[in-house]
Amino acid sequence: MISSGFFPFSDADGAIVTLTRRDVEDIAHLARLQITEQELPVYAGSLSRILEFIEQLSPAVTEGIEPMAHPLPNQVQPLREDAVTEADFRDRYQGNAPAVEAGLYLVPKVIE
Amino acid sequence: MSIEWEIVVGLEIHAQLATRSKIFSGSSTAYGASPNVQANLVDLGYPGVLPVLNREAVRMAVRFGLAIGATIARRSIFARKNYFYPDLPKGYQISQYEQPIVEDGTVDIVLDDGTRKTIGVTRAHLEEDAGKSLHEGLGAHSGIDLNRAGTPLLEIVSEPDMRSAREAIAYMKKIHTLVRYLEICDGNMQEGSFRCDANVSVRHKGRHEFGTRCEIKNLNSFRFVERAINFEVSRQIELIEGGGSVVQETRLYDPDCGETRPMRSKEEANDYRYFPDPDLLPLTLAGDFIEQLQSELPELPDQKAERFARDHGLSQYDAGVLTSSRELADYYEQVVLALGGEPKLAANWVMGELSGFLNRDNLDIGRSPVSAAGLAGLLARIVDGTISGKIAKEVFEAMWSGAVDADEVIGRQGLRQITDAGAIEKVIAGVMAANPAQLADYRSGKDKLFGFFVGQVMKATGGKANPAQVNELLRRMLAS
Amino acid sequence: MTAAEIGRGLRAGKFTSVEVTRHYLERIDHSNGRLNAFITVVPERAMADASRADAAIARGEGGPLTGVPLAHKDIFCTDGVLTSCGSRMLANFIAPYDATVVLRLAAAGMVMLGKTNMDEFAMGSSNETSYFGPVRNPWDGTRVPGGSSGGSAAAVAARLAPVATGTDTGGSIRQPAALTGLTGLKPTYGRVSRYGMVAFASSLDQGGVLAQTVEDAALVLAAMAGHDPRDSTSVNVPVPDYAAGLHRSMRGLRIGIIREFFGDGLEESTGRAVRAAIDGYRALGATTVDLSLPNLPLSVPAYYVVAPAECSSNLSRFDGVRFGHRCLEPKDLTDLYKRSRGEGFGAEVKRRIMTGTYVLSAGYYDAYYLKAQKVRSLINADFRRAFEQVDVLMGPTTPTPAFAIGAKVDDPITMYLNDIYTIGANLAGLPAISVPCGLVDGLPVGLQLIGPHFSEERLLAVAHAWQLESDWHRRVPPLFA
Repeated sequence: MISSGFFPFSDADGAIVTLTRRDVEDIAHLARLQITEQELPVYAGSLSRILEFIEQLSPAVTEGIEPMAHPLPNQVQPLREDAVTEADFRDRYQGNAPAVEAGLYLVPKVIE
Repeated sequence: MSIEWEIVVGLEIHAQLATRSKIFSGSSTAYGASPNVQANLVDLGYPGVLPVLNREAVRMAVRFGLAIGATIARRSIFARKNYFYPDLPKGYQISQYEQPIVEDGTVDIVLDDGTRKTIGVTRAHLEEDAGKSLHEGLGAHSGIDLNRAGTPLLEIVSEPDMRSAREAIAYMKKIHTLVRYLEICDGNMQEGSFRCDANVSVRHKGRHEFGTRCEIKNLNSFRFVERAINFEVSRQIELIEGGGSVVQETRLYDPDCGETRPMRSKEEANDYRYFPDPDLLPLTLAGDFIEQLQSELPELPDQKAERFARDHGLSQYDAGVLTSSRELADYYEQVVLALGGEPKLAANWVMGELSGFLNRDNLDIGRSPVSAAGLAGLLARIVDGTISGKIAKEVFEAMWSGAVDADEVIGRQGLRQITDAGAIEKVIAGVMAANPAQLADYRSGKDKLFGFFVGQVMKATGGKANPAQVNELLRRMLAS
Repeated sequence: MTAAEIGRGLRAGKFTSVEVTRHYLERIDHSNGRLNAFITVVPERAMADASRADAAIARGEGGPLTGVPLAHKDIFCTDGVLTSCGSRMLANFIAPYDATVVLRLAAAGMVMLGKTNMDEFAMGSSNETSYFGPVRNPWDGTRVPGGSSGGSAAAVAARLAPVATGTDTGGSIRQPAALTGLTGLKPTYGRVSRYGMVAFASSLDQGGVLAQTVEDAALVLAAMAGHDPRDSTSVNVPVPDYAAGLHRSMRGLRIGIIREFFGDGLEESTGRAVRAAIDGYRALGATTVDLSLPNLPLSVPAYYVVAPAECSSNLSRFDGVRFGHRCLEPKDLTDLYKRSRGEGFGAEVKRRIMTGTYVLSAGYYDAYYLKAQKVRSLINADFRRAFEQVDVLMGPTTPTPAFAIGAKVDDPITMYLNDIYTIGANLAGLPAISVPCGLVDGLPVGLQLIGPHFSEERLLAVAHAWQLESDWHRRVPPLFA
């Protein structure tokens, strides 16, 4: 499926991925994005196209290859001293907040 | 019940690590501050901010792993757990998923009846705590306080090895003791420093497969855990026996009615889409870092209890009680040290009078008005015969209320025990003369009246006569 | 004038920073309407900073960049100044802090003119996805300047600012630099702190420079770069004086020509201009080796798994609760999230968030995300093997010169393929630079150079050598001369 050069993607023999409206609804819900009725098929189309494009990865031979989550090899996490370094800037940060009362960020009531 | 049911319980304990600052930011972790004054840009999940890992949180996690004989991962990975909730500012929690820092440990528990059991700890990992939501007093709104967001948590996951609520409590208490011994968590359940989720399922005895389990979240007292598990077990059994089946779900325990119910906001199964956090690099621990922490581990509760039993001759039970907190054990040992021995006496008083007064006044041992040295001074006066055990209790009470030391009280109140044989004999003679009828009855065979005479002698001496001597002399004089 | 020339002139007392800054502010005032390069201009603050810089220079203090104006891509948080990331979601967001990059360049005495337009949240290759409208290429107002750092590119190309910062996740500095006739540098991953640089794809993002010359890029990089304890991924490697080491002989330099970059899809004239530049190096004594990096064609699909995955998570914090856009009268929590995010984000951002959500979801993680990260290893290995044989890799930056505004917005894939030559360096975290190497029908095209990790000194020297031999970098768009 991978032909030479950089434009290997071929409509003729590429994998077909078709996302349904329902698929898009599910993904949009997981991602908390509102997608309108009219937009659903449009996104279904473009997402399907993107996923077909990504399918080019499947034939790649990757047995025994370690995945790379970071681009530089052998980096290790630095550690920070356990010290309080922050002051109270609440008023400054909340100046810009959409809805605040008594120092609390407000959201529509949640029932647990 | 025609078929025997088996209960299967696993516990997930979230222990807030007692670091000064948060796991990924330099904000304070102090409890009780005004809303959002301890939430900096990193905690608030502002655009562009990045996490940096707190060294002390790592040390604490490793020490816990070492204390339970677990494998410490030389390389562990932080992962993002993605979901939307207002107390989770970034829309993901930084946690550990596939490669946690601690794996495969064990914890030994002792039940009330003395049986011992080993509970497996599958893993323990580091993660950040979420903020808090307040739902009352804000009308149609909930209010979010992110002071707690970013506090380091150690999530300790047990194997589903427990077979009763009792075992679950014993395990939970053991972990509670352990994290306080290690000084990695203050164990304060009212403040939320130590929280427990219980995974509960049932199955027919003899079956290998597990039944469908329910998770009961955020139990913050031993009593609630026990009740919640017991209720849940009954609920599941009733459901199955009635022809239904258990639905896997998350539930909350309502302490007011003693029941569990489904948690509404989490009713949809969440796909957390875990992946390695690209902002954090693999946590890599050097061998000597781990060895250093191993060498610095304090004597752990099991080791200490064993030593008390072996070297002090205490019973397993007493050793267990005394080592349930490091402060209590240290206090006890200081008493023994100051006394130069008498472990049993010390143990009885620490577990008895001292603990009783501490409970009554709702004090931690650290706030005891009577110090270990003070108690030792009191006990020394029992040992050397100056006072009886009974009188000592009065002295103790005086010391609890502020008296300087035992000797001062004894002197001031003239509580010295009467040990002069001649004096006691005189009193006995007087009592015998004053009670001729009882004397005659006793001498004709009514042995029970011995106690009466003891009582009369003690009364006449204001309780100060040495009981052992009274016994001995009275027996001799009544017989003759 | 270049940034270096301005700096020299200021220290020689030829003019003041106030004068220079005023000059640029006037040019912005005159031309920004046409180009839409700037979202925010801060004239009062700029003049105040310029005065301060003049005072420092008068005291004999300061360095090569003191008093030199610059523009910051609107993805860098600037304390007290709107930081929009080209999005409606942050159209009201006054950042409460400065990014490390902003602090360091301010400490070097640079004067911020304003914040430049960009593709929304850095997602795009044409600067057409910005909430604040598209940016126009100064070389041809009907064409795109490239993206996502399109505003920075247009600003510098039209000389509305001598130099600008940008960010590069899949080519977002190099590609717009190539399309506007500029020098665009993406440093090694971890060279420049990401603290305060709004995250798109955390393991790919890197802050860098769009400049008129390699010398300018070197000066600004030296001021921007360095370890930052607030960014765990920033590397603790000393920052050399990049501008000092620019003059080197090219004799003996081993150049690798990436075979996969010269196949189908590279527009003919663009390819010719790039090859001519490479010939230029041979004339200077360098040798060339034809190399295959066989996994490189997979870099675009791999990128379009990894980058959306990371961004889908990075953008979850935009929820209308603590900052940013909030919908009106949310009915409940879910409505708050969905409408705030639905209204706040544009279509491309939503597409990428959904792609990312999908590839990370249960059942697809192994096939997509894990697979892409393994392919990433393969690509890294290809580069590593290549650098055993050569000192630097060369090829085109883009397949064509700038395309027309609106030409590619209908099909995401066609747009994504603009990044085919640039993405590999992001996946491997390698430093890469684009320098102008010709005009095709009056539109600039670029030569891309890629070096091993932390080889910026040599990379800049090699790029500089080309600028000593050619004058493409001195060309100014006719409308802005």
